[in-house]
Amino acid sequence: MKKLIKTLLIVMPFSVFASGGEVKLEHADIDLSDNASLERGAKNYVTYCLGCHSIKHMRYKRIAIDLELDEKEVLQVITPYGANIYDKMHTAMNRHDATKWFGTYPPDLSLISRSRGADWLYTYLKSFYKDPSKPLGVNNTVFEDVGMPNVLWQLQGEQIAITATEDGKDVIEELQQISAGQMSPKEFDQFVNDLVNFLEYAGEPVQLERERMGKYVLFFLLMFTVVAFLLKREYWKDIH
Amino acid sequence: MKQKLNESTEWVSDRFPLKKLWEDHMSHYYAPKNFNVWYFFGSLALLVLVNQFITGILLTMNYKPDAELAFDSVEYIMRDVNWGWLVRYMHSTGASAFFIVVYLHMFRGLLYGSFKQPRELIWIFGMLIFVCLMAEAFMGYLLPWGQMSYWGAQVIISLFSAIPVIGEDLALWVRGDYVISDATLNRFFAFHVIAVPLVLLILVFLHIVALHEVGSNNPDGIDIKANKDENGIPLDGIPFHPYYTVKDIVGVGVFLFFFAAIIFYMPEMGGYFLEHANFIPADPLKTPEHIAPVWYFTPFYAILRAVPDKFAGVIAMGGAIVVLFLLPWLDRSKVRSIRYRGGIYKKALLLFVISFLGLGYLGTQPATPSATMAARVLTAIYFGFFLLMPLYTRWEKTKPVPERLTEQPSIEEKIPEWIETYHEMTEKQEVKAASGEKKIVTRPNPSGIIAVLGRTVKKLINSLN
Amino acid sequence: MTNEGVNHAKRRFLTSALSVVGAVGSGYLAVPFLSQMQPSAKAMAAGAPVEVDISKMEPGLLIRVAWRGKPVWILNRTPEVLQTLTTLDSELADPTSNESTQPASSKNAGRSIKPEVFVAIGLCTHLGCSPTFRPEIAPPDLGERWKGGFFCPCHGSWFDLAGRVYRGVPAPTNLEIPPYKYVTEELIVIGEETEEAVA
Repeated sequence: MKKLIKTLLIVMPFSVFASGGEVKLEHADIDLSDNASLERGAKNYVTYCLGCHSIKHMRYKRIAIDLELDEKEVLQVITPYGANIYDKMHTAMNRHDATKWFGTYPPDLSLISRSRGADWLYTYLKSFYKDPSKPLGVNNTVFEDVGMPNVLWQLQGEQIAITATEDGKDVIEELQQISAGQMSPKEFDQFVNDLVNFLEYAGEPVQLERERMGKYVLFFLLMFTVVAFLLKREYWKDIH
Repeated sequence: MKQKLNESTEWVSDRFPLKKLWEDHMSHYYAPKNFNVWYFFGSLALLVLVNQFITGILLTMNYKPDAELAFDSVEYIMRDVNWGWLVRYMHSTGASAFFIVVYLHMFRGLLYGSFKQPRELIWIFGMLIFVCLMAEAFMGYLLPWGQMSYWGAQVIISLFSAIPVIGEDLALWVRGDYVISDATLNRFFAFHVIAVPLVLLILVFLHIVALHEVGSNNPDGIDIKANKDENGIPLDGIPFHPYYTVKDIVGVGVFLFFFAAIIFYMPEMGGYFLEHANFIPADPLKTPEHIAPVWYFTPFYAILRAVPDKFAGVIAMGGAIVVLFLLPWLDRSKVRSIRYRGGIYKKALLLFVISFLGLGYLGTQPATPSATMAARVLTAIYFGFFLLMPLYTRWEKTKPVPERLTEQPSIEEKIPEWIETYHEMTEKQEVKAASGEKKIVTRPNPSGIIAVLGRTVKKLINSLN
Repeated sequence: MTNEGVNHAKRRFLTSALSVVGAVGSGYLAVPFLSQMQPSAKAMAAGAPVEVDISKMEPGLLIRVAWRGKPVWILNRTPEVLQTLTTLDSELADPTSNESTQPASSKNAGRSIKPEVFVAIGLCTHLGCSPTFRPEIAPPDLGERWKGGFFCPCHGSWFDLAGRVYRGVPAPTNLEIPPYKYVTEELIVIGEETEEAVA
């Protein structure tokens, strides 16, 4: 018995450690009820990301409904030129060309927030650094040998990695900004956060509504259980 | 109106034994009166089965069993189909809920010896239901065609290839291709939506028929039919309807509350009910970094990995399920219920629970050397519980079994005690808020918690004797 | 088990209370289950308004476009046809379209916004076959009475070139006219009302 507990104690911290070997992720401030942030995120997504990455399960019409925007406004502010309100967020990029240029096809991002998580996306977008040894001239601390150029470098400014040697290996200690971007760091954080907020929304557009609905369902079920319990107690008075 | 109703009931009764069925299985089916909380899970399993049937049928209306379309059709259900998200989450959460409920239902059997003579067949049918359920869940998990669906199926089907001589051909035959492919998806769809559910339904029917033939066991593990009144009704029995129908409805309410809480607030359950990697479409060229089966398979998966040899691992995993079938013949104890068993069975059962949960946890983790070592120890305990059972149950000192059912405090009666314990574990403190107002906050009370924990452990140790 | 002193009224009340709560719950659950069989957002998107350029349409020509998966006819009627239409009232079941479905803007003699351009859903109001376009007058198979129109091959319903149904045929009402509007003189949008009512 004691031996067993000991073994368990040995295993437990180890398994925690096993998943902790990665870069610490920064925390994204997700607020799906912040329609202004989601709208900015959608607009920025179309400007900076949609060139390569589709969100093929998302319709512009749904964005208009969920963010309480006028369809005309969505068509003017968010959608790329010539898109219809019923269209899905498809990229104009040609699959064949993309495979030739990047060696791989830029993935669809409909569900990226559900497979990667918001914090990962937030940290990822902020963690590009200059690495001349790579074909694209950049690398990323949370996604090693990243196949995507740093699209946001003009906004963020360029970063380099400060490394230290640990156990004979080079380990990245921190990223340091070497040139100023068009945005201040604070503005850029907000920009990325809006983008991630939008991706989180796009991953499961119904989630806000689902949580809103849940309250009523749970309240109803509580009432049901109480009445059922009263009935049960009444009948079980017979039994001794 | 009432007369019309009576007439039509009579009309049916002349042609179909409606009244007889109702009486035999509900209003005059006498169940022991001392069912406790463990006895809710049978009816709940039936409820989840109905949920899976209804939501499953609705899902097939929009799902496309085609490798090119499957993944997108699930997202189509999640976004474009009216309420599709609710139906899909009810089905995916239902799958996990099914296993939670069934594992607890089976554990009830272990607690009170429900598998023992004369209920061996109920147990065998139940085990067949469990095996079918595993097949159903496994094949259903391929359908979303995500990375975990694909690679999970790839790994599990490759297990067949471990069987000597015919293995490779068998795996090929199951897949219908050299890898998991469209052909596999299509046949799994056929099995998942019609073949296995049909078998499942028949087995559930047999399970209940067998149960109603011999009557329900109870927490005291004694035969209520031994004490009958002048009308031949068991003295300790009560009609299933209305007493257990109203009681089970309370259980349904509580269950649905938790079920809905998961559906509406955490349908992924932190990656355990819906795995994160399964939101990436299946890619036959790229394996995810860490493949773990869904949580309900992890104990058996951990056993598989614990054995260093491929074929032996498959045998061990299969064996872990086969020994469960043999339970009625492994247990030689004179008494059924844990209440009257000797201390050794209680300790063995505790160890078994620890090993099952431990294996379940290890199955979700990467196979590091120390984790594999731990899994081996736990696997040994798992099999030890069953294979040593004929010895330790035969010689154990049992306690005298009462003639009639005993009374135990019900949950409702325990609530005041729980409230008292809560008060003991917390203390109220006056705190000055920033505005200068005095507020009373409830804080955990360390000395109280230690006292309660100490008592609980003592009680647990005492109960093991 | 004792049955004396049972409060039957209370039991009945609680039983009905639970039944009502349960029925309400089942009702609420039925809504999503039933409405998930309604057209999805994809079907709605496919039902989006369709733009049709009619600048190239010669008189007498009929074109077909799909709207919500249904065939929609656009027919450029000649003055002769319009003349013929005025003479048919006695043979029609519903010459003034009182029993038929059309937007208010098309509830007139020619059943169209502009007399020459006729727009209709090309599905027979009997059982949903698509009638054939038979503009010729008195062809051998249809006989002397045929003044040009739409003939449904499934059950032999007759419609004139304003989609109005003849008497004594299986179809109960005139062909349905979809909502449509002119964006410009030469561009029609099918699926939107001509008033600005629809957003």
